[in-house]
Amino acid sequence: MSATENLSKGPPKGFGALAKREQRLAYLMLLPTFLIVLSIVLGPLLANFWISFKPVQLADLRAATTLVNEQLRPRPKAAGDEVIMRYRVRNSSQKDPIANVTLADTVPVGLILQLSDERCSLDGRALSCDFGTIEPGGRFNLDIPTTVEQAYLDNGERPRDSKAVLTGESRNVLTSLEFTWENFDKVFSSSEFWSVLRVSLYYTIFGTLGALVLGLFAAQLLNTAFKGRAILRGLFLFPYVAPVIAVAFAWVLLLDAGPGGTFNAMLIRMGAIDGPINFLGQRAIPMSILGLEFEFPMALTTVITFEAWRYFPLSFLFILARMQSISTDMYEAAEIDGATPLQQFWYLSLPQLLGILSVLFLLRFIWTFNKFDDIFLLTGGAAGTRTLTVDVYEQAFAVSNLGAGAAVAVVVFFVLLFFALIFFKFSPQDDG
Amino acid sequence: MKIGTITFSAAIIGAIWGAVWMIVIGILLMLVSGITASPPAGTALIVGLIAGLSFILLPIEKRTTNLFAILGVGVAVLLFALTGGQVFGASFSDGMLYQILAWAIWTALVVLSIKMCLHDYASGSAKRYRMELLLIRVLKGLAFVLFTIVVILPFYVMLMTSLKSQQSLLSNPLDFSINLSQGPELLFRSYIELFTQYHFGTFLLNSALVSVATVFITLLFAVPGAYAVARLRFPGQVFLSRSILLIYMVPAIVLVIPLYAVFSQAGLRNSLTGLLIVYPATTIPVALYMLQGYFRGLPGELEEAGLMDGLSRVGVIAKITMPLSLPALASVALYVFMIAWNEFLFMIAWNEFLFAFMFLDDLDMFTLSRGVVSLNSSEVPRQHLMAGAVVATVPVLAIFLWFEKFLVAGLTAGSVKG
Repeated sequence: MSATENLSKGPPKGFGALAKREQRLAYLMLLPTFLIVLSIVLGPLLANFWISFKPVQLADLRAATTLVNEQLRPRPKAAGDEVIMRYRVRNSSQKDPIANVTLADTVPVGLILQLSDERCSLDGRALSCDFGTIEPGGRFNLDIPTTVEQAYLDNGERPRDSKAVLTGESRNVLTSLEFTWENFDKVFSSSEFWSVLRVSLYYTIFGTLGALVLGLFAAQLLNTAFKGRAILRGLFLFPYVAPVIAVAFAWVLLLDAGPGGTFNAMLIRMGAIDGPINFLGQRAIPMSILGLEFEFPMALTTVITFEAWRYFPLSFLFILARMQSISTDMYEAAEIDGATPLQQFWYLSLPQLLGILSVLFLLRFIWTFNKFDDIFLLTGGAAGTRTLTVDVYEQAFAVSNLGAGAAVAVVVFFVLLFFALIFFKFSPQDDG
Repeated sequence: MKIGTITFSAAIIGAIWGAVWMIVIGILLMLVSGITASPPAGTALIVGLIAGLSFILLPIEKRTTNLFAILGVGVAVLLFALTGGQVFGASFSDGMLYQILAWAIWTALVVLSIKMCLHDYASGSAKRYRMELLLIRVLKGLAFVLFTIVVILPFYVMLMTSLKSQQSLLSNPLDFSINLSQGPELLFRSYIELFTQYHFGTFLLNSALVSVATVFITLLFAVPGAYAVARLRFPGQVFLSRSILLIYMVPAIVLVIPLYAVFSQAGLRNSLTGLLIVYPATTIPVALYMLQGYFRGLPGELEEAGLMDGLSRVGVIAKITMPLSLPALASVALYVFMIAWNEFLFMIAWNEFLFAFMFLDDLDMFTLSRGVVSLNSSEVPRQHLMAGAVVATVPVLAIFLWFEKFLVAGLTAGSVKG
């Protein structure tokens, strides 16, 4: 290890103050990262658990508020006019009452209020009222007879210049202590959930394996030196580097089943198929191989293919880096012993690559499981491609049930935690 | 003349290449020229088989360049004869120049592929080692062709679609020929319209702003953090260096709903600010992880020398560590830029939120990804959607190609061990 560490591992006496200063500096340097991760990652993570136990709809986020509108009518024309000062008070919510509603306002100079309402009091020019509780959807007018003086007409101050301040306590479903199992009930009892979970696992397992195997092949191809290798290596990384939005839409157009779908037109022209296949819109195609009838999940296979296509560059990169660090002596020795190329791959390369392959598998497994945008852009979760992550989005934003979405997200988190634990158990201990 | 496994293999190899190149060149011909063809893969297979056989039956010492030329001419004529003059299943009169060119390319590729696979093999039998070598050569060749096509095809379709018109695309979806005679203004019509009518200039600027700001904020947070984890000793150091990557595994979808709820309560109106709060939080952990791996690899003696000479820790970082880590910083910056530029989930949830709560569909706040999504409607022609995709892709690809070396080294250095 580095010399600093060796040095500090030496005699500990007389090192205390310096070590303490180092500690303080370390914590100081890590503090910003810690804070932002806490507030944007760990905080929301916990908040998600909280929300998953809440009967909260998208609309509930717009908390019930009181609205007030003040008006002087009729418009005063001369000193001594008797007019009405009207405050319209309203509860914006149709569901929740608002408690302890108070109103505070400053009356313009030159308006004499004849206050008769016992809910209000006037202190100089400061008007304050206490309305108690307003029922859901409740509204009323507070009318105060007012005499206009010349001073009001002379200066430019109008009632709305000082905004009436209305306060009230509404129940906020997010912060209240109201909890429910409803969301989880709904999630686990729906017949769709288990099929969504199954699709998620299929997508994750086959997407990961596909990307890994393609990456292994690609790395094999580029492991030998030849002219144009650097160009090909850059090219092979394109699917990973390009924005998902661009490549997903390119695939959608390419695989279009209607007129103008290039890939279908290609297959038809080659005589491979009779009519266009709806690659992204068809749930299953009945097939029979050797008399065995089964349903081929078309759309799911397509999104898995896309996943493998888009992420093989990552595994390719890591596998290639590992391959190039394997010493060639071994292969020379094997060559002399008469090992064939496939034997060399099977008995020499593969064991050397097993470490990186397993790490890649588990990392990609977790990331694929987390993946949302690919399927969302390709099929929107239709045609049997809805995974858990897409389900979170659908529940929360399409069905507008934030609580149910959060509950699915909790399931996502725990499934993931399970995989992460496995990952840490089996990951080779690196020395860094 | 011996007949054995190699002889049969040669026939099969010839057949494979004949058919594969016919399909590839035939489709390419259709895409580039717009000719309606139906490549005769079966006939090409037979021609390739004969070519492979004739090649292997020639003794190795007789395989001279002249003979390759003769073989090529023979193959070309045979294909012409067997297809009845319609080499690519299309009447020879339309796009004759293209067809002749494709015919020549097909011939050259078949002969060349056969030669590359079989140049040191003679007719007869071979041991397992030589057979496997042959098998691997063929598989590698096929894999090269397949990988290249599969990687390029979507990008090719994207680019070419953006330069065409809706009508011509619908009438012949295989015709990606570009009509260069129409002048640049008509050719780039989609792009011009995107920038003049669809506000893509603003989107581009917003995306650039968000991505670059994310890179800077990320580095600002991650560099000191990574240095502390890599170099300073404090309780929890080992735990941190191990667990920081765990943050990167927290599914983004789990964070979306709470962030959405909080932002809606806080009434954050500026969408770019919201993104700038969320993006760095997701990129800092991975940047920190990559950087600490690199910092660890730097020789500690240099920093100690700096400390001895009276520099403070901060001085050491600024004057010694940072200049030494420029390649790592570049690779991390590039990676973070890519993540921010390509990010989709938070962006779409964020826009959903803005629209739902503020009734704000503010075009001035769209990033490129959001802009491209807005083009995905039946009212907008396809070439506009693809032009948008190209606009979103080109900057990140250009930057990637420019810094590719850094990215590759950085991505693989910090994390690959064992």
